[in-house]
Amino acid sequence: MKKVIEGSHAVSEAVRLARVKVLSAYPITPQTHIVESLSEYCADGSMDARFMCVESEHSAMASVIGAASGGVRTFTASSSHGLALMHELLHWASGARLPIVMAEVNRALGPGWNLWMDQTDSLAQRDTGWIQLYCEDGQEVLDTTIQAYRLAEMVNLPVMVVLDAFFLSHTYEPVNVPDQEQVDRFLPSYVPRIQLDTANPCALNQMAPPPVYMEMRHSTQMAMEQVPRLFKQVEDEFFSIFGRAYGPVETVLCEDAEIVMILTGTAASTCRQVISDLRSKGEKVGLLKLKMFRPFPTELIRKILEPIQKVAVVDRNFSFGASGIFAQEIRAALCNYPEHPPVFGYITGLGGRDVTPEILEDIYWRTRNNATPKAESQWVGLDQEIVES
Amino acid sequence: MMQEIRFHGRGGQGTVMASIALAKAFFKAGYYVQTFPVFGSERRGAPVEAYLRLDKKKILVRSNVYTPDHVVVQDYRLLQTIDVTKGLKPGGWILINSPGLPDDMDNFSGYRLACVDAARIALKHNLGTRTQPIINTAMMGAFARMLGAPPIDTIAEAINNEIPVKQQQNIEAAKDAYEEVQLYGMVDSLQTEGTAQSKHIKNPEKVNLTQVEPQLRRVAS
Repeated sequence: MKKVIEGSHAVSEAVRLARVKVLSAYPITPQTHIVESLSEYCADGSMDARFMCVESEHSAMASVIGAASGGVRTFTASSSHGLALMHELLHWASGARLPIVMAEVNRALGPGWNLWMDQTDSLAQRDTGWIQLYCEDGQEVLDTTIQAYRLAEMVNLPVMVVLDAFFLSHTYEPVNVPDQEQVDRFLPSYVPRIQLDTANPCALNQMAPPPVYMEMRHSTQMAMEQVPRLFKQVEDEFFSIFGRAYGPVETVLCEDAEIVMILTGTAASTCRQVISDLRSKGEKVGLLKLKMFRPFPTELIRKILEPIQKVAVVDRNFSFGASGIFAQEIRAALCNYPEHPPVFGYITGLGGRDVTPEILEDIYWRTRNNATPKAESQWVGLDQEIVES
Repeated sequence: MMQEIRFHGRGGQGTVMASIALAKAFFKAGYYVQTFPVFGSERRGAPVEAYLRLDKKKILVRSNVYTPDHVVVQDYRLLQTIDVTKGLKPGGWILINSPGLPDDMDNFSGYRLACVDAARIALKHNLGTRTQPIINTAMMGAFARMLGAPPIDTIAEAINNEIPVKQQQNIEAAKDAYEEVQLYGMVDSLQTEGTAQSKHIKNPEKVNLTQVEPQLRRVAS
């Protein structure tokens, strides 16, 4: 049924429909609405699950690791400083090959204290072995969360479903909330491959000395390499029931484009409008929306960008001393192609700064009017008075 | 065409709740909707803002609203500190919760004005207290009348579903405000006694609504 709901509640509805058994979380703005509604579902009986209120995000991740090791479907959510506090255990979750699903609401890290949209928190967890999927609107958030369980349980890796603070988490819009019966057909009960069981005692994740550690890491990478194929399978099945699919990347009007803009999250949605406006002025511009960041869909991206003249990557994040993180990854994906297009990197929208259609148009024209990038990254929308003071 | 509405209120007035309930009512009436609050350090009494976008097709733009088609001001005292017309498109409506024409109408030239005594209506239906009346549902009724959409029955249904307490009183308040809202229309054509020459009103005397010309009270949107 189509309902007007908040982005946060699109996550909670999906988690309820996925029949998750153990939830554990510590509240942090802007993630709080997700776990707030889930705790209500557990209290009013509309969800048959154990909700654990813990004293920190570190404990939240530790407890879902414990529950997932016991062989049940789990969920947690966090943001920013909360996610940073989980960092150690994010490695543990993927190393232990646990199919945990987490919603991560992109929020800036302090100081200065900031509650608003910024991707650096999730991107700083790039190397923890989690699958990362970035969402654009409430519908995609709901669908991706349900799909995340199928994917995680097929490949035994944890999945982070990422959504923008406020522009998505606190925005109400129409979302099609599927029936329980439909979701049950798509997502049957979880059957763990390994689990802690008192009837058959064992220990998991013991010492892994040099002769085996490297092989363990290699096997995680082997699993990651399966993800694009399995994600397609998951999406095909999802499409056959719900009629919706997104793909690890989505292209809009890229076939005859001279310039392709690469965006993630809600800014990709705004860019759809910008692309359409620029097209009506005769500009040959396309959009590549990047949904899957880990594993990085290198092959797909190479294929799409190879015939393009220029690429503009918009990053709402930054790696100090280097450049925007998505731009780095795009450059790395292209560098072994002899004839690859130049990659223009733009930094904007940090710490909740709005990414307006005007800013995206400005980025397009900067790319269009320069043969080569002036710098690794260009910061767009800086207040020069503050910069110079 | 997409319409964008900006709400100005104070923390605790239910501004965000009203924008959500309105969005749901518009959705029910066949619109695609998008609404979100401007999130800062909200606290009771401090100015807050929320946005509502309406369209007949999917809304793609997900940035803040800078050039609203209309604005809603939940408390006329906000006019003293906030330029509610900032970015407002020419001809746009300004709906104000005010017992009469407000004093602070600088920069209102080129816009349409609507006023409703939402505080009095709220108190009549036992919503809130004299110092803190709950005016958001009355403002929803006035808004529906001003734009000619959504139907008042849809507003009543949204209030019933969204407002956790006193649904019937809130619905009555919305209906009263729907009837009572004064749609003055273009501010520039609004003339008060003694200032017939002046097209733009600056700090007018408080006008008793019953003294305003009837045709000015019912300007069709």
